Amino acid sequence: MSFEWIVKIISENWPMFLRGAGMTLFIALLGTILGAIIGLLIGLIRTIPVPERGAKRAILKAVNAILATYIEFFRGTPMIVQAMVIYYGSALAFGVDMDRILAAVFVVSINTGAYMAEIVRGGIISIDKGQFEAAHAIGMNHVQTMMNVVLPQVIRNILPATGNQFVINIKDTSVLNVISVTELYFTTKSIAGNNFRYFESFFVACVMYFIMTLIVTKILRYFERKLEGPDNYAVMANPVQAEGKK
Amino acid sequence: METIIEIKHVNKYFGSHEVLKDIDFSVKKGEVVTIIGSSGSGKSTLLRCINLLEKPSGGEIMYKGENILDEKHDIFTYRRKLGMVFQQFNLFNNHNVLSNCVVGQVKVLKRSKDEAEKVAMKYLKIVGMDKYVNARPNQLSGGQKQRVAIARALSMEPDVMLFDEPTSALDPEMVGEVLKVMKQLAESGLTMLIVTHEMEFAKEVSDRVVFMDKGVIAEEGSPEQIFNHPTQERTREFLKRTLRSS
Ligand SMILES: Nc1ncnc2c1ncn2[C@@H]1O[C@H](COP(=O)(O)OP(=O)(O)OP(=O)(O)O)[C@@H](O)[C@H]1O
Ligand SMILES: [Mg+2]
Repeated sequence: MSFEWIVKIISENWPMFLRGAGMTLFIALLGTILGAIIGLLIGLIRTIPVPERGAKRAILKAVNAILATYIEFFRGTPMIVQAMVIYYGSALAFGVDMDRILAAVFVVSINTGAYMAEIVRGGIISIDKGQFEAAHAIGMNHVQTMMNVVLPQVIRNILPATGNQFVINIKDTSVLNVISVTELYFTTKSIAGNNFRYFESFFVACVMYFIMTLIVTKILRYFERKLEGPDNYAVMANPVQAEGKK
Repeated sequence: METIIEIKHVNKYFGSHEVLKDIDFSVKKGEVVTIIGSSGSGKSTLLRCINLLEKPSGGEIMYKGENILDEKHDIFTYRRKLGMVFQQFNLFNNHNVLSNCVVGQVKVLKRSKDEAEKVAMKYLKIVGMDKYVNARPNQLSGGQKQRVAIARALSMEPDVMLFDEPTSALDPEMVGEVLKVMKQLAESGLTMLIVTHEMEFAKEVSDRVVFMDKGVIAEEGSPEQIFNHPTQERTREFLKRTLRSS
């Protein structure tokens, strides 16, 4: 009985399911990318060495305090509540209805950013002090050191955490149904509301979520392995060639 | 001979611990100076103060007649004139061998990539690592890493090379290959300041030997004078201890 219903639900509603899944992936992916960028920027700012005195010190301290508050706030409140506050709050404050998808991407990005900021900061702090010293010793300033030596290593190190965050976001976008974003959960809810087959409809959604996270996880593993680079190097028989080739 | 670096009354505190006490010391162009002394005597700290990886607590560091501790003096411009080789190599993990020697030239000295690669190849050849341009640091042995680190520093074409126990982290069978390169550099007329525990090497290459003890320069002179006719009791003690153990 149940199985037949599942087949029927899929055959009747597959375009809606796919669109819902597409929206879920879109919000999760964009949110993760924007969040990672926010996290990188905040992580970078928070690891700028604070000078011993002067106006720069005061400014940096203030900025750090604000960023710390942002991180605490978004890590300390549920995304479902943030979505409501931001969506309805913006309507109250500016008298305009925010685009729902925009609001959704905003909430996911800013949330991911808060988590990623801490991951990035940890990643920067965990880079061997010798890397900084070697860069400083050849005359690089802080920005050059970060851009050419530290950050590339940090990005590589935090890639698994970023992928993880993407998988979490695929699942967590489901809470955005509270602001009626037509992602997979919301779509499934309306399908089930029409056919009253809650179990079968959500079973389909469940499988779809699982397939999405599974595929994403596999793809990320693949890239992680690729990034580890080749295990061997070619010893140059004729080094002069290497010089010309590059 | 022209004096390149002159240190006047430099001291350094870590908290209330005075690690360097009123150091007066200078290096002339083309000179090879080795610094010896027991562990904790402040040799590394002195070297690190010279290129400002540590900020001296007081005193002056004169470079070509200018006090680089003056607020207005740009420490980044100064640092590129000094090459530094670390005990732990500190090759940039995200760059291959060639790129380790190129990145500083391009980013700091603003050389073109082509020119930088030519310079890098020149020095990689001198240290015998020109066949490994594509290798990543984690694929090299300790001795190879240190030779690349030397080439990286030389590629910046500094006025002075600082070495902080360049062979102390190496397996015994790799010490020779690094010392050989350093000997060759010393003979080529490069100005070198070397902290080392390799007494035979110090005897052989030094124009001058500096013995440090408890944060002061206890004695300095020609290798012949320091090793064969030390005037200070603590120099004699130190030499007796180290020569017996090696
Ligand atoms: N960052 C630091 N903070 C506090 N104390 C330090 C720091 N760096 C060095 N010291 C202390 O300063 C003293 C001198 O250290 P330094 O590393 O200069 O000695 P060294 O002569 O190079 O010894 P070694 O032969 O073991 O390398 C030591 O007592 C050490 O514990
Ligand atoms: Mg030391």
